[in-house]
Amino acid sequence: MRIGQARNNKNFQQGTFYLDMSTNIPALKVEGMFKSFGEHEVLKGIDLTANTGDVISIIGSSGSGKSTFLRCINLLETPNSGAVHVHGELIKMRELKDGSQEPADKKQLQRIRTKLAMVFQSFNLWSHLTILENVIEAPVHVLGIPKKEAIERADALLHKVGMYERRDYYPGHISGGQQQRAAIARALAIEPEVLLFDEPTSALDPELVGEVLHVMTGLAEEGRTMLVVTHEMGFAKGVSSHVMYLHQGRVEEFGAPKEIFENPKSERMKQFLQRDF
Amino acid sequence: MFDLYGRGWQMLEGGLVTVQLCLTVLPFMIILGLLGASAKLSRYKALRIIGESYTVIIRGIPELLVILLIYFGGTIAIQNLAELIGGEAVRVDIPAFWSGVAALALVQGAFASEVFRAAMQSIPLGQIEAATACGMTPTQIFIRIKLPQLWRFALPGLNNLFQVLIKDTALISVVGVEEVLRKAAVGAGTEKAPFTFYLVAMAMFLAFTTVSLFVFNRLEKRASRGIARA
Repeated sequence: MRIGQARNNKNFQQGTFYLDMSTNIPALKVEGMFKSFGEHEVLKGIDLTANTGDVISIIGSSGSGKSTFLRCINLLETPNSGAVHVHGELIKMRELKDGSQEPADKKQLQRIRTKLAMVFQSFNLWSHLTILENVIEAPVHVLGIPKKEAIERADALLHKVGMYERRDYYPGHISGGQQQRAAIARALAIEPEVLLFDEPTSALDPELVGEVLHVMTGLAEEGRTMLVVTHEMGFAKGVSSHVMYLHQGRVEEFGAPKEIFENPKSERMKQFLQRDF
Repeated sequence: MFDLYGRGWQMLEGGLVTVQLCLTVLPFMIILGLLGASAKLSRYKALRIIGESYTVIIRGIPELLVILLIYFGGTIAIQNLAELIGGEAVRVDIPAFWSGVAALALVQGAFASEVFRAAMQSIPLGQIEAATACGMTPTQIFIRIKLPQLWRFALPGLNNLFQVLIKDTALISVVGVEEVLRKAAVGAGTEKAPFTFYLVAMAMFLAFTTVSLFVFNRLEKRASRGIARA
């Protein structure tokens, strides 16, 4: 209820985000998530609790299941089992005859997805729409916000990510870093409770990584709840409140970045940290 | 302009019928094409089989055969059906124009479904995922994300199909529709001037195809706004 009020609060549009400390309901809670692709088991029971304002970096070598985990949270991939609660609300699943499961309530899933915005590795802006149109698409057509209001909010968000001057450009006419910043504005536009970042800088030229990380750092400082799958150890170390290290589908380490990076308990984490990034 | 043995006006009338044929077939061709493509890409095997059979069968037989089949066969089929329901013999005529439209739409729709299928598969999956992830319904995704981009990928193919369609209308002359070729054939026969009349018919078809090319090129340009300059 309080979060609901915060979402509608005018201050939100100006970029200050309400931290709701008075409640103990986590923004996101994942329990016992398993996922297999055929015979290959990618996730072997992952739990995660993200409280409002947490910035959790999910790290691990490729194939560790970190992207799959993120995609299972908003059900872009359907987990074989596991529960996802978004601010206390469980995403309802239904068991199928073959033992797998599927979303039981499409309407609920669509509503919950608007609380879990995602930023993709390859931006995935809609190429037939301008940057501004990309940002207002979901607010207008999913949330039903009047177009004029949606444009006002979009403009504020585009200012925030430094893309206001390019609002009338099409995605194909701007750089990768600009596209990703626009994609972040698009994600923010639905006023999500949790932001999911799936390797947001991995597809960028090295000189463009900084501008995107800068925007993400700003969001973290605002108190947004973020899950960030990343290879940027600088971000994981310096910006996130927690780090989750995945290895072969299991959580190998979880904790504050300081303890994880300075005092890794597991041998694998030590080896992982010795690699060059 | 040209007197054409007093038949210039007749030729223009024929031209009008050809244009009417093309423009009437176009929406049906697009709808059949979209349905065919959706069936082929469906999750359900039965629909995929229907979609595939449609294109395999229709594309595998001559257009002329389809036209004759619908004009003559269709008439009998409807008569039999009417008798079955009404219990007495009825005489039904399918107007030649509409049986021609049905035949061409069926044929071009089969080709269009191939064009649309390829176009649907060209839309980057990531853009569909982005739409899914922000809570859009499958219908919204189709209308707001897929359809507008479908044009961009489908227009070059549709441009081709429409050219073929314009030329295929000439086939409908066999069932007596008074389009350009039919008028030209009549004129050529009665006035004993085949060269003149067929040349005029040729010029008219060329004019139609040129206009169609121009329009489609404009549409293609419009549809690829915002796509990275190659």
